[in-house]
Amino acid sequence: MAEIDRLKNLLSKGIISRREFMVAAAAAGISASSASLIVPSPAYAAPKRGGHFQLGLGAGSTTDSLDPGRYLDIYMQTVGHSLHNFLTEVTEDGELVGELAESWEASSDATEWTFKLRKGVTFHNGKPLEAEDVVASFNHHRGEDSQSAAKGIVDPIKDIRADGKDTVVFTLEAGNADFSYITSDYHLPIMPSKDGKVDATSGVGCGGYVLKKFDPGVETVVERNPDYWKDDRAWFDQITFVAIKDVAARTNALRTGQIHAMDRADLKTINLLERDPSLNILSVTGSQIYTVPMITTAEPFNDNNVRLALKHAVDRQELVDKILQGYGRVGNDQPIGPSYRYHADLPQREYDPEKAKHYLKKAGMDSLTVNLSASDAAFVGAVDAAVLYKEHAAKAGININVVREPSDGYWENVWMKKPWCMCYWSGRATADWMFSIAYAEDANWNDTDWKHDRFNKLLKEARSELDGNKRAEMYAEMQTIVRDEGGVALPVFADYVNAAAKNVATGKIGNNWDMDGLRVAERWWFKDA
Amino acid sequence: MNKVLVMVAQRIALGLLTLFVVSAIIFLAVELLPGDIATEILGQTATPETVAAIRRELGLDQPAYIRYFEWLLGVVQGDFGRSLATDREITELIGARLLNTLFLALVAAAVSVPLAIGLGVMAALYRNSTFDRSVNIFTLSAISMPEFFIAYMLILFFAVRIGWFPSLSKVDLDQPLFDRLYAVALPAVTLTLVIVAHIMRMTRATIINLMSSPFIEMATLKGLPPWRIVVRHALPNAWAPIVNVVVINLAYLISGVVVVEVVFVYPGLGQLMVDSVVKRDLPVVQACSLIFAATYIVLNLTADILSIVSNPRLLHPR
Repeated sequence: MAEIDRLKNLLSKGIISRREFMVAAAAAGISASSASLIVPSPAYAAPKRGGHFQLGLGAGSTTDSLDPGRYLDIYMQTVGHSLHNFLTEVTEDGELVGELAESWEASSDATEWTFKLRKGVTFHNGKPLEAEDVVASFNHHRGEDSQSAAKGIVDPIKDIRADGKDTVVFTLEAGNADFSYITSDYHLPIMPSKDGKVDATSGVGCGGYVLKKFDPGVETVVERNPDYWKDDRAWFDQITFVAIKDVAARTNALRTGQIHAMDRADLKTINLLERDPSLNILSVTGSQIYTVPMITTAEPFNDNNVRLALKHAVDRQELVDKILQGYGRVGNDQPIGPSYRYHADLPQREYDPEKAKHYLKKAGMDSLTVNLSASDAAFVGAVDAAVLYKEHAAKAGININVVREPSDGYWENVWMKKPWCMCYWSGRATADWMFSIAYAEDANWNDTDWKHDRFNKLLKEARSELDGNKRAEMYAEMQTIVRDEGGVALPVFADYVNAAAKNVATGKIGNNWDMDGLRVAERWWFKDA
Repeated sequence: MNKVLVMVAQRIALGLLTLFVVSAIIFLAVELLPGDIATEILGQTATPETVAAIRRELGLDQPAYIRYFEWLLGVVQGDFGRSLATDREITELIGARLLNTLFLALVAAAVSVPLAIGLGVMAALYRNSTFDRSVNIFTLSAISMPEFFIAYMLILFFAVRIGWFPSLSKVDLDQPLFDRLYAVALPAVTLTLVIVAHIMRMTRATIINLMSSPFIEMATLKGLPPWRIVVRHALPNAWAPIVNVVVINLAYLISGVVVVEVVFVYPGLGQLMVDSVVKRDLPVVQACSLIFAATYIVLNLTADILSIVSNPRLLHPR
């Protein structure tokens, strides 16, 4: 391992970047996950309290609302996590811990879940946290007239009731061994209730920061909650969330010190940012995926051989290198990446034009012409990725017409409507959750219109199975089915790539969502505060 | 003077009709866009039930023409309604944004209009000199570049390299005046560079045109110095075309600066309108477009009045 020692040396002296190290390590035959273990992890200094943190986010709109049922993008999601607490929390290590829930237990068939609430927690308005608040907060998303984006998530809840002041009991339609993960969803913060209702747009929660100013599409200012029950979180005195959609403006603001951190660094110019001595690039490989869903009920994708041909006709590594500039990893045509508990280490599917031709033959075709709808609304670089896909597929005798679609209305008119298009998904906390929202036959967002009996049967069984080993086997089989028979070509996992000034410190960065699991406000601090 | 009053009355009536037509067209155009507020707000997470619930709540399940006339009825009574997305009063939503837009426009105009007219007069005075040529080359180059490019260049040099000015124009209603001026310095300069050429060239051309008139020749023969001829004799007669071009540029400063707003992250009306179109928040889009249309109408009216007032032949017709 002399090569690795040499690289480590270069890295520690700052001669090569962390990314260059990873690339070189991969060239030396070391897998990405073990390479990241070799990189000397920085010793995390003790956090300091204080400072006014300015965070520039490439999202946010004048139409934003404080109602958690309406949180649409990273802007309101991070603001929401500064104001609110949830029943459970996914830690930076990917473990599930209680936040407002001190403990929980499930009945043996996983249909009844009992959460015990933490005592002595108060909301920003002084009201103590009680079981009624939890019930009302969940009911906000339930029912006929729900306008909440989380309705799909809470639909399986048959009943919620308070049992005393600090116990909440959920009854589910069917067993779900992962229900406690669902309660960590960003739509489901606990808000103070009055007469069984919550005032969802007040912004009052029991999080680490209190709302001072909310100017949608411009900025949101929050101040540290002096009564916050966690004493090892929420380090800043004040945070301003600035909405800066234009990535050049965001980068300039960071370089001129007007903001201290930003999300979604521009990958096209990432080399320049890496060289700026006053900045750190904070990237983390999560479960965010860029997908190319084929509608499996439409010609010619109704033939699995065609789907397999197309899955073999893309050079994944080139997409990682050219579209993601190395900030990502190749995908294996199924969404359950290494960050999931039940990830199965299946053999990697490679770019193989000959195999693609073979599957085309099996489908009874010599050549194939298909349209691929693309727009940068799906993800930044989606159109370029589609053009690269076209080049790769040409070698297998597949002619892809890249159809450039308007960004406006993309999710309404193209996604799930056109037979083949570009798409992205944020990962979910559990394999069951991911499969249930986008791969199950009755899922609202089954964007390939895919129905596979064995898969759907396994999905239901695994959900209520409490034995971890059995579950792992089931999920491994499901991942194989999705990879070999599913409708999604899944070429890459994309990193979350953010940048921050050198005086901003973080612990290990969570990868369940962007911005440190959306908890940037709680977890980051100033070194020099 | 009577003629002016009649004209103003006519124009106001015509203007109201224009506003009505504009509002109908905008409403129709936004209706034709695919999707509505329910699908846009929920985005990828939309389900048929939640979309239906939002439509029911906001009354979007009613036919378009009924919604349009309900909206119109409200506006006639001075009620612009509430934003569909945030349920905030539109007047409150737009108020601060409009003030920001007007402030930036005012600063840009206060710099660019005197500068452009001054340069135009000087260029006319020293026609074909090196000064004239360099002013022409400079202003024409500035106008030929897209405004976002000028903006990025200014940011690169004055914010990133030298660090004199901020790259984000954060303004606030309770900021002291000097801080606000400092915050909008770069966007104001960008806008100045964009509009100076237009006004300057018009001033120069009009004055040069007038310089061949008999009364200027007379003034020259009287032995007046050239600057006096231009300022006292030529300029007053050149006001009409200059005012028109100034007004068109002022209207642009108010309604057409969304690109500059995006680059400098300036919270103006343009950004509000773009956000609202994206989310199909119709009442806000309507209110913004009415403001923009009214700006054009009022400013054009002002230009016409000014050109009549500045021209005795039009003011006292025989």
